[in-house]
Amino acid sequence: MSLITTLARLEAVESGRASPLATVRHRQLSEHPLVLVPLTTAGEAGAPLGALIGTDRQQPRLLTVAQPRDRELRFAFLAELADAVLPYLEAYGDDVELVERNATDAESGKRIKEEVELCADAPQLIVPGRAGIDFVRLLGRSMRFRRTVEQDPDAAYPAPPHVPLLGRWLTHYGERARVPGSSLLLAATDLLNRHWATGQSSLEDQHLGALLAWIDPAEGESGAQAALRAESYRDPRGQLVCPPAGPATDPAFDNRLLAPAVEAYDRVRQRWQAAQDGDEADSWMGELAIAEREIRRLLRTQMEPTWHSVWRAIDLARELPEGARVADRWTRDRWSFTAHRDRVRAGEPPQPRRDDAVTAARKLASRETAQAQLEAQEALDDPLVLAGRRLSGEAFIGEVTDVVMAWSESKRPAPRPLLTFHTDDRPHLGERTKVYRSLDGKPQSAEFVRYETDGVLVLRLTDRMGRAKDPAEGSVPEKGDRIAWTLFEHDQRGGPKLPDPEETPWTHGGPPGTDAESPDLITPEDLL
Amino acid sequence: MRGPAARPRPLDARALAALAANPGCKRRALLDGAGVDKGALAAALGSPMASGQSQFAFMRGNAFEARVKSDGGAELMRLLGVADPTGLQLPDLSAAGPDGRAARTALALREATTAKEWTLLDHPMLALEVAGSPAYLEPDAVVVHPDGQWTVVEIKSFPMIDASADAAKVGAAARQAAVYVLALEQVAARTEGAQVAQSVLLVCPKDFSNLPTASVVDVRKQLSVTRRQLSRLTRVEDIAATLPQGATFDLERSGDELMAAVDSVSAAYAPDCLAACEMAFHCRAAARTDGDISALGRSLRGELGGLTTGSAVLAAARGEAGDPRDPAVAALRRAAALRAGALEAAGCR
Ligand code: SF4
Repeated sequence: MSLITTLARLEAVESGRASPLATVRHRQLSEHPLVLVPLTTAGEAGAPLGALIGTDRQQPRLLTVAQPRDRELRFAFLAELADAVLPYLEAYGDDVELVERNATDAESGKRIKEEVELCADAPQLIVPGRAGIDFVRLLGRSMRFRRTVEQDPDAAYPAPPHVPLLGRWLTHYGERARVPGSSLLLAATDLLNRHWATGQSSLEDQHLGALLAWIDPAEGESGAQAALRAESYRDPRGQLVCPPAGPATDPAFDNRLLAPAVEAYDRVRQRWQAAQDGDEADSWMGELAIAEREIRRLLRTQMEPTWHSVWRAIDLARELPEGARVADRWTRDRWSFTAHRDRVRAGEPPQPRRDDAVTAARKLASRETAQAQLEAQEALDDPLVLAGRRLSGEAFIGEVTDVVMAWSESKRPAPRPLLTFHTDDRPHLGERTKVYRSLDGKPQSAEFVRYETDGVLVLRLTDRMGRAKDPAEGSVPEKGDRIAWTLFEHDQRGGPKLPDPEETPWTHGGPPGTDAESPDLITPEDLL
Repeated sequence: MRGPAARPRPLDARALAALAANPGCKRRALLDGAGVDKGALAAALGSPMASGQSQFAFMRGNAFEARVKSDGGAELMRLLGVADPTGLQLPDLSAAGPDGRAARTALALREATTAKEWTLLDHPMLALEVAGSPAYLEPDAVVVHPDGQWTVVEIKSFPMIDASADAAKVGAAARQAAVYVLALEQVAARTEGAQVAQSVLLVCPKDFSNLPTASVVDVRKQLSVTRRQLSRLTRVEDIAATLPQGATFDLERSGDELMAAVDSVSAAYAPDCLAACEMAFHCRAAARTDGDISALGRSLRGELGGLTTGSAVLAAARGEAGDPRDPAVAALRRAAALRAGALEAAGCR
């Protein structure tokens, strides 16, 4: 934790309210995000219990599994989930713009320009917390190797149509969420924690209800009180007033409410299956519907508060103005979405179980780049983030006190003006350390020459002044200009915004070909 | 100390691992050592923590363990890499009381080691003395190899997907297993030809199935950490000796009395307590009342020099207290000035 963050937390403790960690919003928020609040069955990997999902906060779609150990019911749930997610994703696939980019001609090996499609916008998925992101990944993994009847007529337990496809998309979103600064799949807690500091620890900040309690407490209540209520208050039946944001449920809910309801459902179903004649079956069928409705009702009570909290988190983040470079990162997300769309359309097999070494190394490298880029962009967009970098000696702000023209010593002398600069910051400058400032949104560099006196230093401007002997108009700062210099580069990648290496579609010589992997081994009872 | 009516709660491996994770906490060491039911105590103090396990998870855990041990242990031996454990012995370990069971286990271990035969001990009982109190530990299984090696088997119901499991859960399992290894080593020290493996066998469901798969987890690191931390624990009698006269954790007593008794033993609260100790809500509230910055994170104290409370840090940052020549104070002032300036620049204040 940087000292500035620590101070922000302590201020929150003192005031009883969260304090700002950012002055602009550093994440993209779609106009129509798809919010997903999933629940899972305790102790079962990849056995969903229910979900609230949708783009309309007033009308979430409720999906439930009455008996999670029943494969048919789970498949029905996943089919419904596919039905809720895929049309939303696919709607973004056809609205495209054409973008020119550099490529290498496959035959001649020459550099050429080519036009490719880039989706104009990308679908955004928002879950309550990090556990929700993990669950998206887990669901993706559990579905993408399934086979439908169409794919394999002999499959022992064929999955409903679209389920494997949903698995591939969720896998893609889950992977993308590992890229720093990406906004395709967001956790509401991460979104809030990026922008506010609470008076509790980062561990407690993972509880969406407690986090919101600090950021948005009720009138007359301190954040700490409200957070405690969200964490621990129980009603007379021992149920949490603010149920956990999932996907795990509260054990007290499982044991006191859900388990009896599932047992009742099982009993009625046995009766129904054992019914002797049509009339009897019909009446048990009615009972079954009632038992199922009760389970749906119970699950809804556990998800609904979280559903509203996620939307509340979105509202709060939307109140912040968007950072200037957020759109740039979102463009990369759009590339990522477009590339996966292309892979699906090209009929590529699902993502492999494990990345080969090359892909894994590439992903790691590109995530490191993304991390450095995110840190640079956030600092440039937000004086409060920049303050942290100034504190650590990686940036400095001050005023130009003098400009002396000078030129390089070459046949065609180029302008290399010397700036005298006053700052109260304490940057870590050494001989010829490169520093950067933003000039019309592009980085201009200079190098450190010497200290004049304490707080006064000399910089030599080294680029972006045009080709002529005299610098282009407006390219050299003037006396009295206030400038923020950074010791870190602004655009870690440079050049045009290319898709990340792993996003290169196979039609463009993309990732190392992987043969279709075999589906998971399925046993007659895959649950215990 | 826990009151005459209450039966002592023996320490288990999970409690020991948690104890080892926070060896600076005398409160926990004393309560655990005296066998006080911390969950009930926290509830009596008005700060209950959620406890208990979902019956769905419980059922699955039991069913999975039964499956792993089915077929006379053959499946488990296969996971251990032994295709044909001819003559696998499954000694009966039942006996009266934990001491009896621990003695029975020790005997079985010795016999198996002498016999030089594959032996599977299902739920053996191990005794370990921790800071002067006995703890009884029950690993899922221990396998004795013909060459005298003993291997701890941990059966967990979280999945191993594509050969890797959740790192946090594996870490917790490894810390727990290290406690078993530690306890086994004491028995091994008295058994000729015996040696305890420093790796344990972690058995989990494979992918999304109920088929078991296993991986060998090296617990040497956890072992040395646990050993060191447990040796750092203050002996329970020594802590108890510092208690005021008449202090009691008898749950029959009034809340005020209990509160006074609990607060008379020093704690070392940090946010990780929330996941490890039933007293966490109580200790957190106390830490917050004191303005202790550790409540925000264990690492904070290191960053802030000698300052330990939030108000002291804020006062130093605002120039109301502290020596500006102290580097920690100077850094705080700079941080506060930069933060205020940036907020002002952005029009947030
Ligand atoms: S919660 Fe309290 S008693 Fe438990 S370990 Fe932490 S400080 Fe000690």
